Amino acid sequence: MKREHGVNTVETGPLIGHGQTYGTITDKITSDVLERKTPRGMLFGLAIAFILTMVLFISIGWLMIKGVGIWGINIPVAWGFAIINLVWWIGIGHAGTLISAILLLLNQHWRNSINRFAEAMTLFAVGCAALFPLLHLGRPWVFYWIIPLPDTMALWPQFRSPLTWDVFAITTYFTVSFMFWFVGLVPDLATMRDTAKKKWMKIVYGVLAMGWRGSARHWHRYEMAYLLLAGLATPLVISVHSVISFDFSVSVLPGWHATIFPPYFVAGAIYSGFAMVLCLVIPVRKAYGLQDFVTDRHMDYMAKVMLATGLIVAYGYAMEAFFAWYSGNEFEKYMMFNRTQGPYGFIYWGLLLTNIAIPQLLWIGRIRKNMVWLFLISITINIGMWLERFVIVVTSLHRDFLPSSWDMYYPTIWDWATYIGTIGLFLCLMFLFIRLMPMISIFELRQLLPWKSR
Amino acid sequence: MSNNTQLDIRQIRATLQSKQGSEYWRCLEELAETEEFREFLHREFPREASVWDDSSMGRRQFLMLMGASLALAGLNACTKQPDEKIIPFVRSPEFVTPGVPLSFATAMVQGGFATGILVTSHMGRPTKIEGNPDHPASLGATDAFTQASILSLYDPDRSQVPLNRGLIGTRDKFLQALSQALQAKKASGGAGLRILTETVTSPTLGDQLARLLRQFPRARWHQYEPVSMDYAREGARIAFGRIVTTRYHLDKADVVLSLDSDFLTHGPGAVRYARDFAQKRKVAGGKQTMNRLYSIESSPTNVGAIADHRLSVRPHDVEALTRRIARGAGVLVETPQSGNHDTWLAALVQDLRTHQGSSVVIPGLYQPPAVHALAHAINERLGNVGKTVSYSEPVEIQPEQSQAESLRKLVSDIRDGQVDMLVILGGNPVYDAPADLDFGGALASVAFSVHLGLYADETAAECTWHLPQAHSLETWSDARAYDGTATILQPLITPLYAGVSSDHELLELMLGTAEPKSYDIVREFWRRHSGSRDFETFWRTSLNSGLVAGSTFPSRNVRVRMQEVQSLPPGRAVPGDELSLAFRPDPTVWDGRYANNGWLQELPKPLTTLTWDNAILVSPATAGRFDLQNESVVEIAYNGRKIAGPVWITPGHPDQTVTVHLGYGRTKAGRIGSKRGFNVHAIRTSDAPWSIAGIGLAKTGAKSRLAVTQHHHLMEGRNLVRSASLAEYVANPVFAKEHQPSAQPSLYPEHEYDGYAWGMSIDLSACTGCNACVVACQAENNIPIVGKDQVLAGREMHWIRIDRYYKGSLDDPEVVFQPVTCMHCENAPCEVVCPVAATVHDSEGLNVMVYNRCIGTRYCSNNCPYKVRRFNFLQYSTDEPTLAMQKNPEVTVRSRGVMEKCSYCVQRISAARIEAKKEGREIRDGEVVTACQAACPSQAIVFGNINDPDSRIAKLKADPLDYGLLTELNTKPRTSYLARVTNPHQEPGTSA
Repeated sequence: MKREHGVNTVETGPLIGHGQTYGTITDKITSDVLERKTPRGMLFGLAIAFILTMVLFISIGWLMIKGVGIWGINIPVAWGFAIINLVWWIGIGHAGTLISAILLLLNQHWRNSINRFAEAMTLFAVGCAALFPLLHLGRPWVFYWIIPLPDTMALWPQFRSPLTWDVFAITTYFTVSFMFWFVGLVPDLATMRDTAKKKWMKIVYGVLAMGWRGSARHWHRYEMAYLLLAGLATPLVISVHSVISFDFSVSVLPGWHATIFPPYFVAGAIYSGFAMVLCLVIPVRKAYGLQDFVTDRHMDYMAKVMLATGLIVAYGYAMEAFFAWYSGNEFEKYMMFNRTQGPYGFIYWGLLLTNIAIPQLLWIGRIRKNMVWLFLISITINIGMWLERFVIVVTSLHRDFLPSSWDMYYPTIWDWATYIGTIGLFLCLMFLFIRLMPMISIFELRQLLPWKSR
Repeated sequence: MSNNTQLDIRQIRATLQSKQGSEYWRCLEELAETEEFREFLHREFPREASVWDDSSMGRRQFLMLMGASLALAGLNACTKQPDEKIIPFVRSPEFVTPGVPLSFATAMVQGGFATGILVTSHMGRPTKIEGNPDHPASLGATDAFTQASILSLYDPDRSQVPLNRGLIGTRDKFLQALSQALQAKKASGGAGLRILTETVTSPTLGDQLARLLRQFPRARWHQYEPVSMDYAREGARIAFGRIVTTRYHLDKADVVLSLDSDFLTHGPGAVRYARDFAQKRKVAGGKQTMNRLYSIESSPTNVGAIADHRLSVRPHDVEALTRRIARGAGVLVETPQSGNHDTWLAALVQDLRTHQGSSVVIPGLYQPPAVHALAHAINERLGNVGKTVSYSEPVEIQPEQSQAESLRKLVSDIRDGQVDMLVILGGNPVYDAPADLDFGGALASVAFSVHLGLYADETAAECTWHLPQAHSLETWSDARAYDGTATILQPLITPLYAGVSSDHELLELMLGTAEPKSYDIVREFWRRHSGSRDFETFWRTSLNSGLVAGSTFPSRNVRVRMQEVQSLPPGRAVPGDELSLAFRPDPTVWDGRYANNGWLQELPKPLTTLTWDNAILVSPATAGRFDLQNESVVEIAYNGRKIAGPVWITPGHPDQTVTVHLGYGRTKAGRIGSKRGFNVHAIRTSDAPWSIAGIGLAKTGAKSRLAVTQHHHLMEGRNLVRSASLAEYVANPVFAKEHQPSAQPSLYPEHEYDGYAWGMSIDLSACTGCNACVVACQAENNIPIVGKDQVLAGREMHWIRIDRYYKGSLDDPEVVFQPVTCMHCENAPCEVVCPVAATVHDSEGLNVMVYNRCIGTRYCSNNCPYKVRRFNFLQYSTDEPTLAMQKNPEVTVRSRGVMEKCSYCVQRISAARIEAKKEGREIRDGEVVTACQAACPSQAIVFGNINDPDSRIAKLKADPLDYGLLTELNTKPRTSYLARVTNPHQEPGTSA
């Protein structure tokens, strides 16, 4: 890649601000963690996130006491917010893995300034996602029956069920994401250890750095490990959401039973993931003055990725509608009719607006570089992707084959509390990460420096 | 101690001899004073113990010590037991084998009329009611009320203690008060003493009442029940000059005309009528004839729903139409000039005339006496009497006075101060007496009033004394069925709550017997009246078979007094702009007596699928005229009285009319039944119990939520209920199989069924949508109720549901019923998606649910195209002790977070299998009867082994009418349907 630092061309901005050196990068990023006092704004944000986390814990407590009946689910809509949120959070996680792994393998070095952040986001999002399959069980205390553990019951999980596949998909994804994130952190944790002034900080970061000394051999092994992990993580970007989509496509339900689901889910996941990265990066960049590291050009790239994946998603919607008509199947046709004209029609139209129509603004270069616009569009896409999952889960379930069993689903206050609670948990973890860890990969950022600045 | 210690016996002897005084020795080692023994002492006694600071103590040593101390600890148990003898349960109660239920014949009584039942009892706990196959009113089937009455037995809200002015009293105090009150009566010959009962057919009770009236000649007996047969009796009096009971023989009727009657679902004999009617209705098996049903109705009923021709008219218009039909049939009555429904009536009359002797006209209880009289006249003119209709002596003990009149007389006597002692045997008149009588107000002025009832209800609260009544499964009694057949009711369990257990006992107390027992009273009556020389045999036979042999009333020859009937003045014509109102007993809680029965409250009412509430039913057109939506609360005013309730728009309801149901608005029904719906008795008066005209209707602007179980009423063009007319069926017998996809491949290997392969067939021509199967299933399978809020949330738990679809116009739609159970698909979509194998396929094709394996992902329900799976979203099953006694011990009680669904009554299959294995044979066809199948009055459900080519089920599955639901999904359902065949008249323009 041609590195054009300091020259703000129309096409591309710099990937790193002018005048940055090894020293300045290290100082800036480490001092944000080690020296800078916790900003008031951050404390305020953390307080709100913490309160929301408590809302989550209260919701979980009440859920354990009463059962999933506190939610709005029923027969026929036996899955509601829990599964919507699961798919939504998992989708959000995808951007992190994509940025870290695929872009690494493709040698897209511009990712270096956002990958750490995105990976952390992945980890926390997958954590939030993983809560839901547990919580949504009727009897969550026996969740481990879904895991192939040799036990006295001598019963294995039922391997034909996509829910069993989910367990493998999500746990693998979480493990690999964590490894990737942590391995990537090791050199920077060593930098933190070396830069820290207080003794306890030196100890904590020292332990976490696992004896990293930066020798050539360390670097050699590190590069190897990182590359291998990237290789491991890459298929996961495709597989995890494909498996999640099997939860739907393996069933017989009109609106779920569709072969297009795996690719369309993956595209949707990346779409929402990038939207979430932008949602988080834009305010953090501003608050911490990181414009030199996460530059307008990064924003531009991410906006373009969103635009591209958004178009794939739009294609998916179009194909769903096309096949509903082309199949000639009365249930499929009714499914599409119900999506557009049924009682939840407004959600489908809202989805088309937020997920397809509004993001078309990203064709305009000025909007891609306008942080306010970009932030708003990202929020819109996140809402849109949540609506998409609502359409898939609820609108398909609430009217299926026998009209006698059709019913409506209305989320209860506990549905909302649990959902908003996980957003709180996610933000809480994000705040703690920003406060305690180098949020931008120091050593990888250094690679972005032009030779003469090093 | 070491084994290789050498003991020197000689040295020991020497040591022993050297001991002085009473020295004790422990063992030879001590005497030998060996090193080992000193070592042992040192270790054994804590003061000297060195074990714990001995650093050489190893794991083995520690375990050894622990083992030794455990073994020694065991020796402690070797103590002598106290010499107190306990006696094992070697002699169990007679007939009881643990795990094997017993069945007893008795009867269920509603509105005075008995239906024979068999009650299943597990270790002394009655748990399930089935119909008595030998009883003419049941023939093995039951209705929903009968199925649910077992729950009332265990209702924890039942009255449990005598109450004296609302405070807890005792039986002794009551007896004291009663004898004091009666003491005064003896002198006056019973002046001021009144007895109020519900309809009485019980011979014993009748005899007791007669004796009481002899003992107290100035006492009076009144009868009142909100759903009475007053109009039918009065109609018979007009037609025949005397009161008779009418019986229909629908197994001989080819053309049936219902005049606002719901003879298939409600009223005496309904279960039997449904059976007979269905026999003539079913065409499966290559029959090419079936009966034809015409229904003229003023409120949508199940009869109208399955009728071939249905005419929806306002309540007051039925009489005018009946007159025109009568005229057509040759009864020369005055007819109105109006020309509505000409073609419809012409076709009907033509049909009736061509089926002389094989047609029947059935007037409804809700139509005035004139309609009944006209119906009798038509039946006689058509030559139906003696064939499809017969008459007998009245089954009621005292049919003469109309109940409305009887109650009116009682109230006016109370107001005149002529009553100072009133004994109410059952019933709840304070709640359900006509509004114009103000019974509650009158009751307050009676000096001594006694109420005997199952519940401490509204009437109990107004009486001096309330006594808890025993449930009919707890006490002895007797009653007669619609045809006069008597059944002696025997108790299945001793009364759960103490009190004066039955009306028999209370009357006997009043007659002066000390400590009477229902058993003695009933037995004594039959000893005198059985007419049998060997009474003991009579008694045992009657109890065993559930009916008194030869007690059926013989039919009587009566002639219609044509002159009287023809000169009947026509009823008032209601102008078209007047809004009329029909009162109807509620299809699930009847007149309110079942208000506290959760099964019935949560039972979706046929046609509306409403639960837990009553509503004001209006037609779509009327709703449009008044700008009403579902659930909008309206106020109905009539003669200065008002009720208010939510509207439910009901397609097929006659215009300019509203229907309201009795039984709601209870204030003291119990935890389940109180404060639900609105009390229509507030505008129901004694002169117009079933319909009024000229009501005012006003919107209040309020909304009141109604919990219905089915929200969508159209099939959306899907081929779910397949139907054809008889002519179409004859022309194309395989119509139901058209558009059926051919066999499809599956990725999974086919199951093989070497032994049994269970399957079910449901005949849609026969199903009347009566709900008996739903409650039967609930009782058999321990299905919990969930409450109104949960029904609103869409979480009702019924394993079998009756889907109801409308077809055709909004104002006069065709209604179809489709019972839906688990289909037990051979390629079950639920099985593949369960992550923990909690729903699996068994070797006989059952799709079985493993409750204790289920973790509650609910994926199976999402993937079930029939949505027959039910989930315990919350903890629905209750641990209320008395309700727990009702539970079927053969069926797991499910807890929160577990999926459940129809199991094809797998426990009954197992029971049959055990029997068959004991006898070393295969299970016979018809040996396994599912709960829904057993209850079904029209025998629409057949269950059995489809691998046996001679079984009924195999033959039905081979019938051209057989089809599966959603087979295009390749689910291969084991439950299949026999397509609905109707028999409309061929005349054009009659498809009303």
